Amino acid sequence: MRIPLSWLAEYVDLPADATPESVMADLVKVGLEEEGVHSFGVTGPVVVGQVLSFEPEPQSNGKTIRWCQVRVAADGTKAADGGADVRGIVCGASNFEVGDKVVVCLPGAVLPGDFKIAARSTYGHISDGMMASARELNLSDDHAGIIRLHTMGLDPKVGTDALELLHLTEQAAEVNVTPDRGYCFSIRGIARELSHATGADFRDPKSNAHIERAEGFPLTISDKAPIRDTACTQRVVLRVVKGIDPTKPTPPWMVARLKMAGMRSISLVVDITNYTMLELGQPTHAYDLDKFKGGMTIRRALPGETLKTLDGQERKLDLEDLVMADENGAVGLAGVMGGESTEVSDTTVNVLVEAAHFEPISIARSARRHKLTSEASKRFERGVDPRMADNAAARVVQLLEVHAMGAADSLGADYRAETQASPIWLPAEFATELVGVEYSADEITDILQQIGCVVASVEAGFEVIAPTWRPDITHKTDLVEEIARIGGYHRIPSRLPVAPPGRGLSTTQKRRRAIVNALAASGHVEVLTYPFLSSEANVWFSENKSRPVVKLANALQDDAAEMRTAILPGLIEAAKRNYSRGLTDLAIFEEGSVFEPISVIGTNPPLPVGNELPSSSALAALKATIPAQPKHLAVLFAGKRVADQVGLSSRSADFKDAIQAVRVAAHAVGVEPIVRQATPAGFHPGRTAEILVPTASGELSIGFAGELDPQLALDNNLPRRIAAVEINLDRLYTAAPNVVQASEIGTMPAATQDLSLVVDATLPAAELLNTITVGAGELLENVVLVDDYRGDNVEAGKKSLTFALRFRAADRTLTQAEASEARDAAVALANAKFGATLRA
Amino acid sequence: MSAENPITQSAVDSAVANALAAINDASDLAALKAARASSVGEQSEIAKLNGLVKNLPNEFKASAGQLIGKARAELNAAFAAREAELFAVEERAKLAAESVDVTSAAAPSRLGARHPLSLLQDQISDVFVGMGWEIAEGPEVESEWFNFDALNFDADHPARAMQDTFFVDPVESHLVLRTHTSPVQVRSMLERDLPIYVLCPGRVFRTDELDATHTPVFHQVEGLAVDKGLTMADLRGTLEHFARIMFGDDAQIRLRPSFFPFTEPSAELDVWHPGAKGGARWVEWGGCGMVNPNVLKAAGIDPEVYSGFAFGMGIERTLMFRNDVRDMHDMVESDVRFSEQFGVNL
Repeated sequence: MRIPLSWLAEYVDLPADATPESVMADLVKVGLEEEGVHSFGVTGPVVVGQVLSFEPEPQSNGKTIRWCQVRVAADGTKAADGGADVRGIVCGASNFEVGDKVVVCLPGAVLPGDFKIAARSTYGHISDGMMASARELNLSDDHAGIIRLHTMGLDPKVGTDALELLHLTEQAAEVNVTPDRGYCFSIRGIARELSHATGADFRDPKSNAHIERAEGFPLTISDKAPIRDTACTQRVVLRVVKGIDPTKPTPPWMVARLKMAGMRSISLVVDITNYTMLELGQPTHAYDLDKFKGGMTIRRALPGETLKTLDGQERKLDLEDLVMADENGAVGLAGVMGGESTEVSDTTVNVLVEAAHFEPISIARSARRHKLTSEASKRFERGVDPRMADNAAARVVQLLEVHAMGAADSLGADYRAETQASPIWLPAEFATELVGVEYSADEITDILQQIGCVVASVEAGFEVIAPTWRPDITHKTDLVEEIARIGGYHRIPSRLPVAPPGRGLSTTQKRRRAIVNALAASGHVEVLTYPFLSSEANVWFSENKSRPVVKLANALQDDAAEMRTAILPGLIEAAKRNYSRGLTDLAIFEEGSVFEPISVIGTNPPLPVGNELPSSSALAALKATIPAQPKHLAVLFAGKRVADQVGLSSRSADFKDAIQAVRVAAHAVGVEPIVRQATPAGFHPGRTAEILVPTASGELSIGFAGELDPQLALDNNLPRRIAAVEINLDRLYTAAPNVVQASEIGTMPAATQDLSLVVDATLPAAELLNTITVGAGELLENVVLVDDYRGDNVEAGKKSLTFALRFRAADRTLTQAEASEARDAAVALANAKFGATLRA
Repeated sequence: MSAENPITQSAVDSAVANALAAINDASDLAALKAARASSVGEQSEIAKLNGLVKNLPNEFKASAGQLIGKARAELNAAFAAREAELFAVEERAKLAAESVDVTSAAAPSRLGARHPLSLLQDQISDVFVGMGWEIAEGPEVESEWFNFDALNFDADHPARAMQDTFFVDPVESHLVLRTHTSPVQVRSMLERDLPIYVLCPGRVFRTDELDATHTPVFHQVEGLAVDKGLTMADLRGTLEHFARIMFGDDAQIRLRPSFFPFTEPSAELDVWHPGAKGGARWVEWGGCGMVNPNVLKAAGIDPEVYSGFAFGMGIERTLMFRNDVRDMHDMVESDVRFSEQFGVNL
């Protein structure tokens, strides 16, 4: 809401040195938020001038300029800039006559956009000032010619300060109004709030005009209250004003106030309805009575009914839309926008004025349905004072009489169905109990009366009737907010509540932290990517390319409208960005949710009502509609894992780094992952592992680690070798021990042996290692694969795998013979299972 | 016959002096080894003198033996000392030869880093866990009921529109990307025993285009306390404690009246940030208030018995003014340099 200061000052006292900033600072105290300051941005000597003569001078560029002599001060006196009383001015416009009074910006004036006026040489003359158009003064968009003051109904003396004359000194403060405070979308509401903030007297603008009796205009309310069983209106006022002078301009002070309030001046009649709305918060509408056929009906739209609204759009109406209609059909979308068929024009002489109260929800739905937010709908959907229609209609009639020379007619109509607010019970101590400030009964009464409540002090509390402009106040807690806010939040004391003993982070929260910290500690950099993917990228790593996904109905970009089913596509995007910035050695990871609906998302049952506890079955049904959102971990490596450095040769990242990252993550939660050769979608078919974890119910696959399909990498402008991991952490956690059980640490001496076995080249090393572990028995403490040799002395199609074995007994020093015996047992088992032979 | 005793003090002294000279003349271990025979070995003067002892008359044997024994012990000790000395010198020389330019030390492994947004959520969580609060979480794709209805957002109220919501297709699914972490409040109240003191950090979504101060995907942390007798004073006390841990002992908080559907009374929260770049100042930090009785009712809690307070702030915004991050783009573009500058602590 933009608040022109001179307007505000009519209804609440402002200090003499008030500025938009000081007004905003005061309003912030009572709950409005600062948005900014507005002014015309015109300063310096800007005066009324009179064209004495002009010579048209055609130019080589095809233009004709006028070389004008303009009087800018009374004969023989100094002009506002200290210069001569008559000035030579070059003017490009040609819409004026000799004798016209115009607005002259003298040297020293500054116009919007920091446009400094100075005497300057142009078209062979010294142009000693500028005659301004409305646009140049920020008054309107009109730039068809210069301002001729008589067309605005003005005939001031030459030399008059035009800033004062046109009210270009007006300034406005802009505040943000929260959705519960519809009444603050008016000067009336803001003036009241300012009086709460500063203690200055408030004068209610509703008293500006009083409604006169009128009757005889047919008015029918025909509504079955289809929305929440609520009547569409509590009050409708219609008044007829006849014989207005359509040539009358809007007075400059009104133009300036509308402009500073953010509204364009359109025509006197429309300006008056807007002015009234801004002043009182009650939207009003003026119809051209001569275009209005028959009486007024307020009803829901008919099947197939259409309406051309004032913005020129033909709209198909919904059966729920509330419309104003004449006997030809809808003439306006109630509370939102009028129709073209009855629009006032520059020939309108008889006007039908409407001021009505409409129920918020109906208006809100129509505005949303037609994507048509108007100044009227903005106010109605937040709640308009249902007792303001009389005053608003009266104010419009009054302004039409004063400024448009119209005459109030005896024709009009009144509909009343005003509801009475029931009192709210406020226990005496409730405000103190909720806010923690001691409020006396006097203070509570005083504050509530200030905001317009009717307060009855009864035993142990108060019965409070909220003011009609505060539909948001329905509960005792709402009253407490008013008491706290007007009383001042600065009075709230400070006390630190003591929570019951907590249990710390949950097991899953600790596990997540252990994993991300372990990855960061082992040379991986955490990133956070958006979870929005294109439908193509979202199936890169899916075996089932038509799996159900969560799709957004209103994505910001069409090619990022799906919620991710994997994190890796986001990391690929992140890698691309780092690459484009010259960062080519990457080890990045992200932990987060992916979105996996088990079936295609469709229509779900209507929601339970808010504000009450749903039944447990309704809650369960509600939760069942929410897609599964497991936590994943993805890691991506590109370029070198170790860079070329002094005394160290570089190493490119590959599948080993991917699998190691899985080990780091799994070990962080006490799990030894199982690595198995695999060919999942999106990965290199020969350089990728499936990762499994041992659980009580068997091995559980948690994801993949290896290298990306080189084509996928190349398609994304990345080098062909990209190592990557995508695992499901929720599944990993199912294998994680709650408590890690310790093994005894043997202190007896160890015996070490090496073992080289020749096996088929296709046998996975892990299987051989597992077999050795089993075969060697419990004396084997540790086994590590140290070499994979193929070539001379090893048969083609075979490989020689060398393991380092460490044996230890808990209770004695092992002899070499015992160690050898265990080793031989391992060899025997490997031979039996895989035909492994000792390498010669 | 009277025989001369050849093992005189002077003969022994001379032998010792010669042997010591040989030992001390050796300039390295090889030379010392070479001098071994002539100084302390079988060929040395003292060994030769010793060889004469057995032929001495008995009355001289004892004193001569004593004299030579003492001399040999002295020489052996001198030899050992010289050997240790030369060994040390040679070891030094070897180490000197091994020296490297330590300023050129390579990094055999890389340093990693946490993303500051994720780290900041953890650190804020720690503040509240330290106060006995627990950390609650919820889904990012959420039912509209939890995101709006249960939080006193009427389906037709403009407050619902001001949230710039991402809707899941079809909109009749009544699923949204949660616009705030507040649905976790409702879930916590439904699932936990009273009293409740929980903090809900997490990722949230609104349909804002990315620019220097907005992002469609961002993070919030929200606190909720429901207990008997809680007042706005408890809210202020909690926020003050939190602010001091985040911004230093001189931090203060200020409440301004505001509106949120799920709190009543509601307030905007400003923090006095003593360490702000360019000088201490008030900074808008978040929103807060007493839990609206309608929200308690939606969660089956009797508002006549219990009251609660809630507060929430943006993690991005907090990081921006706490750590002087100027542009939102840095937080969402995954440039590794951004995370790396924070390492694993903020």
